[in-house]
Amino acid sequence: MSDDADSDDAPTNDGQQFDRLPETPDDREVEGRASRREVLDWFEERFGIDAGVFEGYSFWEKGAGKVWIFNGEATDPSEVEAIGMTFLRTRQEHWKPTSRAATRFGYHATKNVIELDPEQAATFAAGDDQDLPEWDGDWGYLIATHEIAGESAPIGVGLYLYDELRSVVPKGSRADLPVVA
Amino acid sequence: MNPLARYEPLVDDAAAFRAACDRPLPSVVRVNEMAASPARVREAFDEEGVAYEAVEWHDGLFRLPDGNPGGNWPYVHGWTHGQEEVSVLPGLALDPRPGERVWDACAAPGSKTTQIADAMDDEGTVVANDNNLGRLSALRHNAERLGITNAIVTNQDARNFSTKPLAFDEFDRALVDAPCSCEGTCRKNPDVVDQWTLDHVHGVAGIQKGILARAVQATRPGGTVVYSTCTFAPEENEAVLDHVLEAEDCEIVAFDLPLDAAPGVTEWEGETYDESVTRANRIYPHHNDTGGFFCAKLRVGGEAGDGTGDDEEVAA
Repeated sequence: MSDDADSDDAPTNDGQQFDRLPETPDDREVEGRASRREVLDWFEERFGIDAGVFEGYSFWEKGAGKVWIFNGEATDPSEVEAIGMTFLRTRQEHWKPTSRAATRFGYHATKNVIELDPEQAATFAAGDDQDLPEWDGDWGYLIATHEIAGESAPIGVGLYLYDELRSVVPKGSRADLPVVA
Repeated sequence: MNPLARYEPLVDDAAAFRAACDRPLPSVVRVNEMAASPARVREAFDEEGVAYEAVEWHDGLFRLPDGNPGGNWPYVHGWTHGQEEVSVLPGLALDPRPGERVWDACAAPGSKTTQIADAMDDEGTVVANDNNLGRLSALRHNAERLGITNAIVTNQDARNFSTKPLAFDEFDRALVDAPCSCEGTCRKNPDVVDQWTLDHVHGVAGIQKGILARAVQATRPGGTVVYSTCTFAPEENEAVLDHVLEAEDCEIVAFDLPLDAAPGVTEWEGETYDESVTRANRIYPHHNDTGGFFCAKLRVGGEAGDGTGDDEEVAA
């Protein structure tokens, strides 16, 4: 028997189905797959979002590193087209939350949140990059917000590097909007 | 022949019916209330200078006289979704509750799926199915934009839908918003009138019967099934209900709609239908200045299981 036989038996990531994330790294069977604990810790550390916000939600991987968040009943694995909404990109050095994760859950964020003025917000929603040297927080993925109807609301995710905020709003979601002063 | 002429004998005022069908409809948006209240959307429209009008019978709908429902901040935030007024009716008739299991059999592009998820407060499971993979991508886009996390999307022929990929094998409620001849949408898409054929009516009626029968089978005893179309053709409406009443264990139940409706018809071109189809609602464009629509609510027969029925005991 060759040593290869064992590795052939190890579970691998199957791009055709949704698999529930393991609870902790110790429960991990598929190499490289994020665990629920790591996802919750990452949101807490990066954005200050309390793990309790995601109590009751389950997390799933389909394809390499794309994590989905779901609030219903499902089999594990699930061979369906979609389960809940896309939430987080893992299996890369810097994890990236989806823009829709930011609009859906970004209200709970307490750090790495950049509040944009009306003109900056319109630039961001159009998908354009902009110079914002005044930001003195972390580099990397930030949740961009602006004030609308008396309260702050998240618009999406931006990537902050070298004094510049890059809008990573997906092409299909970009919009030319008025500057609301 | 203009197919609208064939429905003149069914309506109270044929001239008003035809005149209404010729008028374009305004853009309308529905508020995604799990993301923002109607009051906050109004405030945001005011700030931005977006013209809007209230819809008398539903405080979560706004008419946008200048059009462009996607070109404003509330839309970008996932607070609103472009949806014709009458299109919210099946969701109101279905009346889904948080925590339930709900099937949307013909779901793309997702207006009603997202309305159902909103009514469930994003809790429970809504299974959004469509046989058209291309249209499912529009549904996915809409569900994500509105921040819905309780939907599963499937790509099956609804007529022989399998619950095998699901964690349960029956639903509390099902919506069949069936593919149809669509003359009721002539006010926003006049081409449907030119493309209409009687052959298509008969062909699609067979599909509608198959989907509605499957929905009744897949719903638990005592559960609710809603059937809706945007056609005036009795072949696709009352005849479909009549067929399923005969073939499956279910009954049509009366329900109130917040706008003026006419009862379903029991006779059409030599055919007669079960008397209970009069409990279905026909929405004509000239009654409420809307699109045309048809909507029926069915109760699935048999005893409701313990603790799952609408009359479940509530702790004091």
